[in-house]
Amino acid sequence: MDSFFVRFKNSLVLIAIMVVQVVALALQVPRASDDLPGAHADGRKVSLLRYWATAVVTPFERLTHGSSLNVRHIWSNYIDLRHTREQNQELQQQIVRLRQEQESFAEDAAQGRRLQALLGFQQQYISTTVAAQVIGTSGSDRSSMISIDKGYKDGLKSDQAVMTPDGVIGKVRDVWAHNAQVLLLNDSTSGAGVVLTSSRIRGIVRGSANGQLLINNLTSDSRIKVGDKVVTSGGDKIFPRGLPVGEITAIAPDPQHQPYTAITVKPYANLSRLDEVLVITGIDSVLPPAAQQDAAQAEAAARESKRAADLVAEKLPSLPQESTDPNNPGANIDNNVGGVAGIPNSGLPRPKPPLHPDRYSPGAAPPAAGLKPGAPPTQTTPQL
Amino acid sequence: MPEHSYTSRRELDQYRFTPWVTVLAPLACILVQVEAPRLWPPLSFLDLPLLAVIFFAVSRRSPIAGTITGTLIGLFQDGLTNHPFGIFGIAKGLIGYCAASIGFAIDAENPINRAVMVFAFSLLQSALLYFIQHGLLGDHSFPLMPLHQLVAATANAVVALPLFFMLDRFKVRE
Repeated sequence: MDSFFVRFKNSLVLIAIMVVQVVALALQVPRASDDLPGAHADGRKVSLLRYWATAVVTPFERLTHGSSLNVRHIWSNYIDLRHTREQNQELQQQIVRLRQEQESFAEDAAQGRRLQALLGFQQQYISTTVAAQVIGTSGSDRSSMISIDKGYKDGLKSDQAVMTPDGVIGKVRDVWAHNAQVLLLNDSTSGAGVVLTSSRIRGIVRGSANGQLLINNLTSDSRIKVGDKVVTSGGDKIFPRGLPVGEITAIAPDPQHQPYTAITVKPYANLSRLDEVLVITGIDSVLPPAAQQDAAQAEAAARESKRAADLVAEKLPSLPQESTDPNNPGANIDNNVGGVAGIPNSGLPRPKPPLHPDRYSPGAAPPAAGLKPGAPPTQTTPQL
Repeated sequence: MPEHSYTSRRELDQYRFTPWVTVLAPLACILVQVEAPRLWPPLSFLDLPLLAVIFFAVSRRSPIAGTITGTLIGLFQDGLTNHPFGIFGIAKGLIGYCAASIGFAIDAENPINRAVMVFAFSLLQSALLYFIQHGLLGDHSFPLMPLHQLVAATANAVVALPLFFMLDRFKVRE
């Protein structure tokens, strides 16, 4: 017996280690009922193991990230300043253009908010965010996760949405005191509720094993087109409504899930190159004070522009005013030649009757049908 | 007249490492693996922890040590992903065992042998991960992606040569 263990000790050790790991793996597999967006698969002990693994790696990640940040700071602030002036001019022009656009949208936005308030719709506005630096990755091409340098001491919690100015990138998974892990949207275990903006069709965007974003719970629909924009629907209770996700790049039948289609979405944010991210730590039903101030400024600017346009219009010469009587819109139609009754400005304007008519006044000459060639001049004939 | 002894080839080519190297070399591989794709995303094709497992297993030529080294490195890697613990642990534990067993049969110092060995073990790890995901976890959405695996295996084989050459300096003959 003793010789058996000595002889096969290598194989026995291998089998023992494998059996322990397979059993541990089986214990960690989430039940089907737990497979919901936002459900946390890890138990407490597993979280602790992850914490240990991350705790070993994080100091090194912070060190290398800090060093690379210093090098980049020196490069970008002292050396690479060649196109700064041109960039500054471009940005100034962009600000002017965006302000004009903001003014034009301000009235519609205010009207939209008033209507939503009237209808009692629950509004969602991002009230607080925490900016974080990406300090590391999972190190595996099979797991799309990043580490960030902010944790629960900075107000982060599990299942908070994470985005960049370009669009949504994922959600917070594990949070520790000073760092956290973010599960990216293109991970095979990730997903988000979305709406296609042109057709308002709702779906679920999921990550895939090869790092693509897919919507595969929709059947074929002629309204879904390549190039459609995809935004968050807010239905998953993680991502606030209306955040940009990406745009559709391909639509093809899904051979594995008939009759559904596989809709490929290209994310707006570059998920493989992330440096800074924003974690959405607070959502409110009222517009945040800073946004309220911006909206008020835009509305005031829009009103000012409208008043200036009205003043200019008053000073310019214009055609006679149409009847303002709503019960008789065609009241001055007699002054028009041709046109359709009841539709203003549909004919040519007729001159007003003269105050002192003479033989040259319109209508003073007899009709041509009553004249005879060679006949003596009548009284109305001009006496030269 | 040449001196003959009873020292076997296994004993001649068997090496050990100082505790510092045993801990720090795999750790450095994991840290570089975590940090490198952030700087240049295609580097996620590499699997430096796998290279560490193969190197230490082949050098020590002890299947038990290879299995334990592979399992520990794999579990560490699992801790940094969102996968359950054990996926990389099982795959790398088996790779460690196989690498240590193969170390008896081939000349592990030869660069060509090393490149072929790393290429083959990279593909074996991909196959094991596919089996674990499909067979043990029932995740049928996990694709095999053969071209991706071939590129990754080639990249690992290329990187393994200078890395193994560097790690050779820390070997201590038993």
